[in-house]
Amino acid sequence: MAGLSRADVEHVAYLARLGMSPDELDRLQGQLNHILDQYMKLAELDTDAIPPTAQTIELENILRDDIVTPSLPQAAVLANAPKSEGTFIVVPPILGGEAT
Amino acid sequence: MTSDLTGLLAHEMAAALRAGTVSARDLALAHLERAERQNHALNAWLLIDRAGALAQADAADAVLKRARAEAPAVLGTLHPLHGIPVGLKDLISVEGGQCTAGSRILEGYRAPYDAHITGRLREAGAVFIGKTNMDEFAMGSSNEYSAYGPVSNPWDLDTVPGGSSGGSAAAVAAHHVPLSLGTDTGGSIRQPAALCGIVGMKPTYGRVSRYGIVAFASSLDQIGPFARDARDAAALLHAVVGRDERDSTSAPIPVPDELLHLPESDDEAVAWLRGKRLGLPREYFVAGMDPDVERRIREGVAFLEDAGAVVEDVSLPHTDYGLATYYIVAPAEASANLARYDGVRYGLSRRLDGADFIADYLATRGEGFGAEVKRRIMLGTYALSAGYYDAFYLKAQKVRTLIKRDFDEVFASGIDALVAPTSPSVAFRFGAKTSDPVSMYLSDACTLPVNMAGLPGISVPCGLSEGLPVGLQLIGPAWSELMLFRAGRAFEGLTAGATWKGQEPTALVDADGAHGPTPADRAALLAASG
Repeated sequence: MAGLSRADVEHVAYLARLGMSPDELDRLQGQLNHILDQYMKLAELDTDAIPPTAQTIELENILRDDIVTPSLPQAAVLANAPKSEGTFIVVPPILGGEAT
Repeated sequence: MTSDLTGLLAHEMAAALRAGTVSARDLALAHLERAERQNHALNAWLLIDRAGALAQADAADAVLKRARAEAPAVLGTLHPLHGIPVGLKDLISVEGGQCTAGSRILEGYRAPYDAHITGRLREAGAVFIGKTNMDEFAMGSSNEYSAYGPVSNPWDLDTVPGGSSGGSAAAVAAHHVPLSLGTDTGGSIRQPAALCGIVGMKPTYGRVSRYGIVAFASSLDQIGPFARDARDAAALLHAVVGRDERDSTSAPIPVPDELLHLPESDDEAVAWLRGKRLGLPREYFVAGMDPDVERRIREGVAFLEDAGAVVEDVSLPHTDYGLATYYIVAPAEASANLARYDGVRYGLSRRLDGADFIADYLATRGEGFGAEVKRRIMLGTYALSAGYYDAFYLKAQKVRTLIKRDFDEVFASGIDALVAPTSPSVAFRFGAKTSDPVSMYLSDACTLPVNMAGLPGISVPCGLSEGLPVGLQLIGPAWSELMLFRAGRAFEGLTAGATWKGQEPTALVDADGAHGPTPADRAALLAASG
């Protein structure tokens, strides 16, 4: 596995929607590569026949009856919204802009 | 009078409340006063809620008064936590209150609902003194990554209390509250408990509902108690455990009421150890461990043997792979959990003129998250990204299976509990581990495998090393919290006469008043002096 190039770091930062200065990106590149080196240790283990563990608790398919129960009042939901209008949260425009 | 009250343990306060020799208001005032007086020097609290605490205390007193007048039998049915001051880590939702998770991105956010555990504490009649400081989004082992400044360890103000629940641990160690709640994802309760000389437990994954707790890593996070003794910690855990419909990972496992009846007598507590098989996992005596810390642990083990426990060498062969596994799984889960902080529905929001929504996200998250959080989100995003998922995330999940199996096999062989160090070092100075992220991560080498396996673990004080606390960790099979508390209680009984027992954090004499250095000042001074 190759280490992270500067372009990789910028790409991952963009995927994670983290805005960072060039200095931050430089620092991060070194730190991330140092941490990624630790991951190489896992290659020592033969895990072909080992199932993955996603959860340590043996619960499956917890369901509830499809009954309407009280939820948060609208006012409570809207109270933290940076921008709201009536009963709506105002979101930045997604469609029709230059962003992909 | 006030210092007498804050020196009491929670169960002593509970007895005094029932006897009528002290009121809940007296208790609240004493603890508020101390917390307010020392917070400049310790920075353990992000919020001290005087008005809220006194209102809850008055309500608790009203119940006590009514019970005493009308139905004295009711006194016996009140929860042990009734009228008792508690602290809550600032990622636990309290309706109408702040919930910063130690981050700027949630500055100003007000929780619209109570966490499940908050509701349970209200039912128990506990009194919320305030919200405690923490590493941002629970990512850290020293509380140095809080966006609201570091916390000083009450035992040496130039050192860290551990993390990420540093504020909760420091508050209990400094007698600001007898009880507090924290969360533990890789060691964030047990490690600060060890560094601050108090009891801290991470229950089995699924024991306590995570509803209303700001999520870091959803397959690892658990809520747990801090206290100055095992009985108090057990009572706090009892107050919050149990199935919650709103957290589908909370298990329908019965709550043992015996948690409220740990032995009062040291002899009775110690007798439990006779014949118990304790495993000492050799891999936990990690390279780079402080030799004096190791000495304290081995002295603790000798005490256990003297009391009749059979201590055997065991092996958890995949321990060394824990760090890499955890630092793939936890950041991967965090990268998903922290995607919600986009400045749209709540929290810090940067809307740039004429920019597209992605630029808004970049600005909001770039500004709102600290360096460690960004590091972990990046690691997680990378580990999950196309081309790397199999090599990193899937691989880590498979190694997680191997780590869990190590524990399962040892417990299946008849071992009752594992005994190990909690932390490889005592409290370290500000700045000692921040220049190399991996050295910080190694603080959790003995704790994070327990989270990977979903098992319960407790840290109990086991002495001092050069004046700073050392913690002994006990690890049990799933759902064995009662057994761990009994073991912890037994260890307390064994060490009741030790010279370090009952010692209060010595540095607190320097923690009074608003004029000395803050922990941030101390950290800056240490950084400058090199």
